[in-house]
Amino acid sequence: MSSIPDVSEKWSGQVSTVVIGATADEGGTRGRTVTIGGAGALPFLAFDGAIGNPPVIAVEVWDSGGQTWPEQLRDTYGDALAGPGEWAKKGVEFGADLICLRLMGAHPDSGDRSGDQCAEAVKEILGAVDVPLIIWGCGVDEKDNEILPAVSAAAKGENCLMGTAREKNYRTIVAVCLADKHKLITESPLDINIAKQVNILCADAGFPLEDTVIFPTTGALGYGIEYVYSIQERGRLAGLRGDKLLGQPVICDVGFEAWRAKEAKAPAFDTVTDENRRQWGPMWESATAMVLLQSGAELLIMRDPVAIENTKKIIERFTPSATA
Amino acid sequence: MYVIGERINGMFTDAKEAIRQKDAKVIQDLAKRQMEAGASALDVNVGPAVPDAKDAMLWLVETIRAVTDAPLAIDTAKWDVMSAVIPKVPGEKILNSTKADPETAQQYVALAAQNGAGLIGLTLDADGVPGNAEKRVELGAQLITIALEGGLEMDKLFIDPVILPVNVAPKNPGHCMEAISQLRAFADPPPHLVLGLSNVSQLCNNRGLINRTYLAMAMAHGLDAAILDPMDTELMNTGITAGLLQEKMIYCDSYLEAARYGKKG
Repeated sequence: MSSIPDVSEKWSGQVSTVVIGATADEGGTRGRTVTIGGAGALPFLAFDGAIGNPPVIAVEVWDSGGQTWPEQLRDTYGDALAGPGEWAKKGVEFGADLICLRLMGAHPDSGDRSGDQCAEAVKEILGAVDVPLIIWGCGVDEKDNEILPAVSAAAKGENCLMGTAREKNYRTIVAVCLADKHKLITESPLDINIAKQVNILCADAGFPLEDTVIFPTTGALGYGIEYVYSIQERGRLAGLRGDKLLGQPVICDVGFEAWRAKEAKAPAFDTVTDENRRQWGPMWESATAMVLLQSGAELLIMRDPVAIENTKKIIERFTPSATA
Repeated sequence: MYVIGERINGMFTDAKEAIRQKDAKVIQDLAKRQMEAGASALDVNVGPAVPDAKDAMLWLVETIRAVTDAPLAIDTAKWDVMSAVIPKVPGEKILNSTKADPETAQQYVALAAQNGAGLIGLTLDADGVPGNAEKRVELGAQLITIALEGGLEMDKLFIDPVILPVNVAPKNPGHCMEAISQLRAFADPPPHLVLGLSNVSQLCNNRGLINRTYLAMAMAHGLDAAILDPMDTELMNTGITAGLLQEKMIYCDSYLEAARYGKKG
């Protein structure tokens, strides 16, 4: 009988471990914390090395603007979309490990809400649910720099994950995260070189790399996912080979991107019929999540409860330690 | 690039004085500065004209160990010094160096294997430095065989094809590069290939330029380690950049800084 050759890979690097949230004992008010990262091998390949903590799901909540969500999601969330507290509760009901608050209402084109108003949304969510919190700015440099100090202070002690630091705009968010002891998301526009550059810039500005999570920018199934996959894979391979500036956990914006696809929300066309119309959105979001998990994603931001349920099942099935 | 810092060597005036006067601060400063500059290991050589080389070497090892856990390359041509010092070096260490004559090499391989140490093997024998690439490959292959037979893993073996100054041996840099290419392909996994880089420019003008140009050329042929001065920033930048061009790292605008990230402190 011929022996089977050992094809397992040996990696010298490891994805860092990041804890999000703080319980009362740790100076916060969360019911529990969430730990991501720690893999010393490619996703789910336990025969190569440690696979680290299983990926987790954050449910996306906006401070305002729920009425602009696709009709199907508006039906699913119902009245909860009226305010961030109720919205967050719905997210926890749908299985959220964390809540991701996106401060869309601060965007100059969609409300231009103030730092104080955004801070109120943060407090409302902290009071409504006890899962850890991700706080995401509106993406406009000047406005983010204006609101994030107030938002960060409102969640001081809660060990949130805050985003995003970008190549041309990172100093303010680094300073507030350091001051209020939050974790940091570093964003790059689907560019591995910039992903690394943002991390070295933030590290040089004094932010500990081990408290950083990479957001490489996400694309949905059919909308550039191959490119996203290969960027994430390259980053992860570099990290596992010992590149300390790419050895951080990765966060993916799954729901937001999947529900921009016409397959997820447009009126019936081609094989999308009135009868199966409502299956397409959850399916699109599930498939997007599944692909991204396999290129190395530790934290998925999602929307649809069926997609969340599917993704949790997949994570459980792919995680060998659960059955070993 | 595995950089073995060359500055703790009695050939340099500052180190020579410090060894003679047992001035620990100077040595420790040299150790720390080389590590901060990106060295992976430190060469330790008491230099000529020391009354008791064994004693001086042990003092250097103890002095350096007080400030860093870096692997130490114990650099001596004397077997009695090497065999007495190696078992007393705490932590990682490398024997620098053995010649390729079978009896000598077997002795050094055994000492390295017994102490979990690395070994630098020179591709020279009783006949001296080979005048061509072929003989270097032959002696390198001999070192690989002896290492494998003696239980020394390839990641612990560094083969040094011996670089001579370009002003007196103009064909020598080419011979070394050819030998590096061939020896790299000789074993799987391959041994490390190392050079005492600064020797290429002994008594030449433009030493820094010659060193860094040759470093990049030798790396292109498979050199993955070098004994050099890590405090020569331009030289280190060249090594990092050559590595980048060989896809050893992912580019970013601050790649020189990124390559040094985490080395300090």
